[in-house]
Amino acid sequence: MSGTFLGMPAFPVNAADAVQNSQLRHNLRRATHTIRDKRSRVVAEVPDWAELRSAAKAIKDAALRDLDRHLLRLEETVQAAGGHVHWARDAAEACRIVTDLVRATGETEVVKVKSMATQEIGLNEALADSGIHAYETDLAELIVQLGDDRPSHIVVPAIHRNRAEIREIFLRAMPDASPDLTDDPAALAEAARLHLRQRFLSSKVAISGANFAIAETGTLVVVESEGNGRMCLTLPETLISVVGIEKVLPTWRDLEVFLQLLPRSATGERMNPYTSTWTAATEGQTFHLVLLDNGRTDVLADEVGRQALRCIRCAACLNVCPVYERAGGHAYGSVYPGPIGAILTPQMRGMGTPLDDSLPYASTLCGACYDVCPVAIDIPEVLVHLRDRSSHPRAERAALRAAGWMLARPERLARAQRLAFRLRRLVPRRLPGPLSAWTDTRDLPDIPPESFRDWWKRTEGGTR
Amino acid sequence: MRVALFITCITDTLYPQTGRAVVALLRRLGCEVDFPERQTCCGQMHLNTGYRDEAVRLARRTKRVFGKSEIVVVPSGSCAAMIREHYPRLGAEMPRVVELTEFLVDVLGVTDVGAYFPHRVTYHPTCHSLRGLGLGGRPETLLRAVRGLELVPLPRADECCGFGGTFAVKNPAVSAAMCADKVGAVLDTGAEVLCAADNSCLTHLGGALRRQRTGVRVMHIAEILASTESGGAGRTAGLSTPEGAR
Repeated sequence: MSGTFLGMPAFPVNAADAVQNSQLRHNLRRATHTIRDKRSRVVAEVPDWAELRSAAKAIKDAALRDLDRHLLRLEETVQAAGGHVHWARDAAEACRIVTDLVRATGETEVVKVKSMATQEIGLNEALADSGIHAYETDLAELIVQLGDDRPSHIVVPAIHRNRAEIREIFLRAMPDASPDLTDDPAALAEAARLHLRQRFLSSKVAISGANFAIAETGTLVVVESEGNGRMCLTLPETLISVVGIEKVLPTWRDLEVFLQLLPRSATGERMNPYTSTWTAATEGQTFHLVLLDNGRTDVLADEVGRQALRCIRCAACLNVCPVYERAGGHAYGSVYPGPIGAILTPQMRGMGTPLDDSLPYASTLCGACYDVCPVAIDIPEVLVHLRDRSSHPRAERAALRAAGWMLARPERLARAQRLAFRLRRLVPRRLPGPLSAWTDTRDLPDIPPESFRDWWKRTEGGTR
Repeated sequence: MRVALFITCITDTLYPQTGRAVVALLRRLGCEVDFPERQTCCGQMHLNTGYRDEAVRLARRTKRVFGKSEIVVVPSGSCAAMIREHYPRLGAEMPRVVELTEFLVDVLGVTDVGAYFPHRVTYHPTCHSLRGLGLGGRPETLLRAVRGLELVPLPRADECCGFGGTFAVKNPAVSAAMCADKVGAVLDTGAEVLCAADNSCLTHLGGALRRQRTGVRVMHIAEILASTESGGAGRTAGLSTPEGAR
């Protein structure tokens, strides 16, 4: 994955800063609750939601089971329709392929459709190193790019900004913005529209991702709501699409299920506003498909963890996550934040850094994410699975081992209970060291003079 | 009916009054209660913190200890969910394990347990009871039938309180932020008592309510259901808990 976030501290450190940021907390609470409520209303309207969800799970699982076959089929159908197919093992290789393709056109500017895969590989930075400027055309990605910022949400990358902040960013970084610009959402959208219009008309190269890739027909699908994607996909002479290998669907028919699940889960819309499908190149256009692994085959090799590859990037899990709501997306140190990021990032990058080892713990295991996931990824199950593989602090390991030893025999537990009561009065109200994490905001519970088991024994089950 | 009680380590150690209330309640409803004394802990903390091997040992010994029991009652949503959801994956499948309110409503078929508790109460459904076990409205149904009890709805009740076991210590800032919002919601109800079917979440919430001197006390649902006009589970309802205050 991208090097953009390397060297970031562990999640608890990042989150501790974020929870103190009242503007961020306010923006996130408002935005996540709005989308959450909208989603829950439109999902409740669909009588066969549960069936759609299991169908989506089954289709994705089947596609992943025979991924090699479907990918070769996709290569065949895309080539047959006049497209070029490239295979990229990792981020560096993908960036090199795309950079070379753009260089070959002689262009130094490209327009971009919002894409998680290109964010993941740090494509904009790689292009910039080669003197190519990539212009983001999705409104929220534009806000992030102009603000020299990082995305903090999968569907709404600028969710951490409110409209007053967006106005300031536009006034600062958009030379053609009117000084009278207000923070009315329509006015902000209009400013962005005028700013982007010329780019759409003049750019010769566009770069996109894809929500789905249909092996049977060689068709790629982009689901977006602003129309900027449609402009990028149709106007430029060269189109380069960077697509994760897990985006493959075997047949055109499979799409029906996902086009019902995705808009309702992602934005709470009944139907998606702009769904573009293209089979290799449109007339007069050159089309390149870059198929990206970048850690995905490692995820596929893990029997428990592989379900994360079913993800269709709807971000419903982010919008319901109480931890995401308070920590914000940047704390996760990845373009994939929230519950899905907490299981995807450590698997794709491989664990071992303090940040990646801390991500599986960025959850209370409350299960809200699993409830809303349209492809039924059991995120808590994968989190617990990854925790077992994570490296543990020495003091914690010692404490948990000691607890395990004590709980292995009821006699040891009973002795510990009696000892705890005797020692309780020696314990201060505020504990030192890592345990202050509890007593900084909470009182310790009292220790009763007699445990339940001692009471049961003494009274013979309360009969004496 | 003969039932085996899995009291759970946290209730055994910190909240024996909850355990005594469960025993009194079950006996009042005509059950014979066994307490297999070899029991200790279900292993949830080890599993969820990333110590699967230790969790497997605890799970298998719990299964052994309750091997002969016909039905096991657990007064904790999260421990019951651990056994039901995770034990099969740990090679320790345990059939016939039910959470207390499930046992009352589904097995005994009782919704009015004859309790008396003249207080304003709000109920927090706790994540593992709500989403793990799918307890649904069972606890509220039981509480509504308690004479004198005024049940007030908790705003945004389905949201996690921020405890999450070792999460509370490993991610203290986010845990405290979530707790603050839950405490705010509890205070908005004007309730005297915050009730739940899980003592672990109540340790966290009760610790914060006490630290902030809110005057709101927390009680396990069993303690409310065991209360009667004559005092219930060996103590007078409404008085501050003499021991094991959270």
